[in-house]
Amino acid sequence: MNFDYNEEQQLLADSVRRFLSKDYGFEERKKIVHSKEGWSDKVWSTMAEMGLTGIPFSTEFGGFGGGAVDLMGVMEAAGEALLVEPYLATLMAGQLVARAGSDAQKKAILPGVVEGKTKLAFAQTEKGARYNLAKVGAKAKKAGSGWEITGEKVVVLGAPAAELLVVSAGTDKGLSLFVVDARKAKIKPYLTLDEQRAGDVSFSGTPAELLGAEGKALAAIEEVVDFGTALICAEAVGAMKFACDTTLEYLKTRKQFGVPIGTFQALQHRMVDMYVAYEQARSMACLACSKMDTHADAKDRARAISAAKIKVADNCRHVSQESIQLHGGMGMTEELKVSHTFRRLTMIAQQFGDAEHHLGRFALLDK
Amino acid sequence: MDLNYSQEESAFRDEVRSWLNANLPKSLRDKVANYEELGREDLLGWHRILAKKGWVAPAWPKEFGGTGWNVVQRYIFEEELGYVGSPPLIPFGLAMCGPVLLRFGTDAQKKRFLPRIYNGDDFWCQGYSEPGSGSDLASLKTKAERKGDHYIVNGQKIWTTLGHFADWIFCLVRTDSNMSKKQEGISFLLIDMKTPGITVRPLILMDGGHEVNEVFFDDVKVPVENLVFEEGKGWTVAKYLLGHERMGTGRIGASKRELAKLKQFAATQTGDDGRPLTEDPRFRDKLTRVEVELMALEITNLRFLDQMRRTNQPPGADVSMLKIKGTEIQQALTELSMQAVGPMAQPFKAVNGEAFDEFTAGLAPRYCNFRKTTIYAGSNEIQRNIISKMTLGL
Repeated sequence: MNFDYNEEQQLLADSVRRFLSKDYGFEERKKIVHSKEGWSDKVWSTMAEMGLTGIPFSTEFGGFGGGAVDLMGVMEAAGEALLVEPYLATLMAGQLVARAGSDAQKKAILPGVVEGKTKLAFAQTEKGARYNLAKVGAKAKKAGSGWEITGEKVVVLGAPAAELLVVSAGTDKGLSLFVVDARKAKIKPYLTLDEQRAGDVSFSGTPAELLGAEGKALAAIEEVVDFGTALICAEAVGAMKFACDTTLEYLKTRKQFGVPIGTFQALQHRMVDMYVAYEQARSMACLACSKMDTHADAKDRARAISAAKIKVADNCRHVSQESIQLHGGMGMTEELKVSHTFRRLTMIAQQFGDAEHHLGRFALLDK
Repeated sequence: MDLNYSQEESAFRDEVRSWLNANLPKSLRDKVANYEELGREDLLGWHRILAKKGWVAPAWPKEFGGTGWNVVQRYIFEEELGYVGSPPLIPFGLAMCGPVLLRFGTDAQKKRFLPRIYNGDDFWCQGYSEPGSGSDLASLKTKAERKGDHYIVNGQKIWTTLGHFADWIFCLVRTDSNMSKKQEGISFLLIDMKTPGITVRPLILMDGGHEVNEVFFDDVKVPVENLVFEEGKGWTVAKYLLGHERMGTGRIGASKRELAKLKQFAATQTGDDGRPLTEDPRFRDKLTRVEVELMALEITNLRFLDQMRRTNQPPGADVSMLKIKGTEIQQALTELSMQAVGPMAQPFKAVNGEAFDEFTAGLAPRYCNFRKTTIYAGSNEIQRNIISKMTLGL
């Protein structure tokens, strides 16, 4: 048992943090968020040059051959900086290609992802499906040598920026995955509450290529959503770290009644509880990422991921709500970064399943 | 990073577990499982079995009987002790007075007291709190006046856990009342409980149990060689000891056992809808949240131990969070256990000797008893003060 990052992981985490603190300050981020595309090509290219887009992909495709633990430091830094580039979306859809795709498909898609030339998105969620990964209404049918998809997907993170979409749809044999050229789908883009770009995507006889075995996609989807969940747990740790640091700083500098408000015990104890919540979340993110990389079986993995997400979701709410309360009125404004961190933490709490969803899943796994 | 135990660590766990299973007497295991009160001989008996094996004080230096285990091994051992359901190892000698003597004691004191602590010859208790000095420990008033080769001690201690079993008490006493700061002028004394002038009076808690006492000192003569460290520097010793005390309050192994037990018997209880209680979502969610809290606590504890191993530094103020979380979990488990039996939580004590479900009857008193955990060893509010001041700099 050990909790160390190895030297490579440590160097990577440090260099990402340095890059983001230099080039991704609150003002720079604001410009990116309000730009037409909502993400920065320059930032994305730098991320690719640093090797970030290749971390979880095989060296065969130019990647680093790493896992969730290798991504922890990056995601933590992304959480601190509130990165809005479609990094998570690309990694998750890329993992589906890596896990389900044929050799030819991997060779065709993954090198471009690693080099930063191709951005991906995973079109899975549908209206009314909530967090049930098996509940997919989109249908695919054979058309000539290929396939055609018809259906509606919602909140597809990163869809407006993506060149390729990985889409789940049902066939006669069951739930399957497909690769679709994003230009051939109809995308309604929007800003999410946490200032990322997402879109509702509709397919109407849209040409598609089957990814992996027909009817056997659910296990891969569950695994990749668990992977994404482990990553956002790490991202949440970074966001919570910022929320705690900036709130602590505020308690030490903001004066009322002639003294810093941090001298009041009522606030000190609340600050301590935020800090403890952040440390507990860090512990669970370690568990999630470590188990993602080295689990005995799917059940072992799912149990750890759900446990982590329960704790992280609860603590996202706790830390974000308290950070606003302790900042008082200023915390409510757009002008302070903490209100943006609040929005990201709020969304992480219910992305890929809220605490209640994972409580239910954990109980089922316990039987 | 790898949160799985290594092969060597797992083998060590297996070795510890099978030895404990083979050597923990059934009578003791049953008493612990049924939440019965443990007597002096129960506690010392188990202590001596471990001492004979050489496992009673793993953290001590090897020359005094320590095992030389690393922090992860020590953690595994403690967890297994809790998990097997052994009587607790009473910390006053092994984890408090012992480490204090190792750090501050004279050679003569070490030679005189440490082997007897190790072997379980002496039962120790702790004389810290006073009626007017709880969280504000440094305001203590028990006085020790130097008269030739002796101190004459007068005053009162309270919440003296297992003082009615004790042969010795370590005490914080005021040797100088004229200092400007209340932390100065305090000394650390070792006092033989058989000394004339000492009276122990039980304080019965709301569950009916006798654990704690008041101890009165009336012109008690204590030889000066029983002073630890310098006169007036007792607060330095006290702070060192409190750090050690907090490391042991997480009780993760014991909570794991309680959780497993709760899951098992909640599955045998029927909810209002006729299904097992463990399938009632309202009960189930509470149970899972406690389980997840316990997982987070365990990993946090391991992270701190890993940091100690790497930096070779003693635990910092952050161990206070282990106390906060560990005790909250212990309380939540007693509350859920009591809740699991519903109306059957009400019977408490048989009055005419007929058969009585002792296990069920023990759950509500245990819930009552465990309210102590967030109060003792520095209340959880004091722990928050410590983190606020030491870690956050507020």
